[in-house]
Amino acid sequence: MGGTGLTVRWLAEVLVALRPGIADPEGQTVASALRSLGYSAVSEVRSGKLLRIGFEADDREAAESALADMCRRLLANPVMEVATWELAPEPEPARVEVPG
Amino acid sequence: MTVVAARPRIAVVVFPGTWSERDFAHVAGSVLGWEASLVWHTETDLGRPDAVVLPGGFAHGDHLRTGAIARFSPVMQSVAGFADTGGPVIGSCNGFQVLTEAGLLPGALLRNDHLEFRCDWQSLRVERPSSCPAWLGDLADGEVIRLPISHGEGRYVADAETLDALESAGRVVLRYADDGGALMPEANPNGSERAIAGIVNERGNVLGLMPHPERAAEAEVGGTDGLRLFRSLERWLLEQPAAVERRL
Repeated sequence: MGGTGLTVRWLAEVLVALRPGIADPEGQTVASALRSLGYSAVSEVRSGKLLRIGFEADDREAAESALADMCRRLLANPVMEVATWELAPEPEPARVEVPG
Repeated sequence: MTVVAARPRIAVVVFPGTWSERDFAHVAGSVLGWEASLVWHTETDLGRPDAVVLPGGFAHGDHLRTGAIARFSPVMQSVAGFADTGGPVIGSCNGFQVLTEAGLLPGALLRNDHLEFRCDWQSLRVERPSSCPAWLGDLADGEVIRLPISHGEGRYVADAETLDALESAGRVVLRYADDGGALMPEANPNGSERAIAGIVNERGNVLGLMPHPERAAEAEVGGTDGLRLFRSLERWLLEQPAAVERRL
């Protein structure tokens, strides 16, 4: 990381889901289970995978760029998947006073 | 001048979680008398083989997606390089999944449509074996062979354009069929698009298939149709001057 030295810790939640149109038997099975429990209003369930990624980057632009790269190279297969994400600076951990 | 045929030499790649490497090595070594070496995924030296095998299993635990992490193992650069020179590569089951993730074959393999792991004997219709002479040269167009399948994620998927291109180029070489060779939903064990069980790359040297030829190489295990892929390779190698050169 170059530049300011003010490296920030970021927390990303990456959602990897099958592209629309690709059959999702897991989602269909969950939908059918929900309906059989009486939730007859459920018309569709699509399954996906949530990946929570903590990492360091100088600023939001660098963080977005790193995430896009991670998704392209590893996290999603563009043949059948789409990745979307939410990104925020990681909150500081709460201070814990140690007694004594 | 006497020509002494060299024994074929195959390299069988092993990732953490691979489970069919010893079956391939057994067929090559014990059944056929070839040389077979196991190559750990962190290696980059394949040992000058005549052919490379990516066997079945659960490479890197199949985490994230099947084959997604195996694709980045150091050995895969050597496998891609070997394929680039026209060397025969076969990826069976998890090996097929690795080949698609690595971009050596198009498409992807997703969860079976019924969500079950399917372990069974399966009839397959052979199509255009001339598209893949190294692995299918001894098989006939339209014939039905029987091989075991053993997978939970074998549903072949690609966009319509890719599927059309594969079919028109004769690169779909195996389809799930009934015993008479007919295609029907009941004979498709995983919901694969257009009943695709095996495809080859454009050059015809990289074959990916979900079934396990190495599990059908001795009569006592129920069938020997898988052995015919190995025999095809043996015959093909004898016809290749390049194979002899690799030994010198």
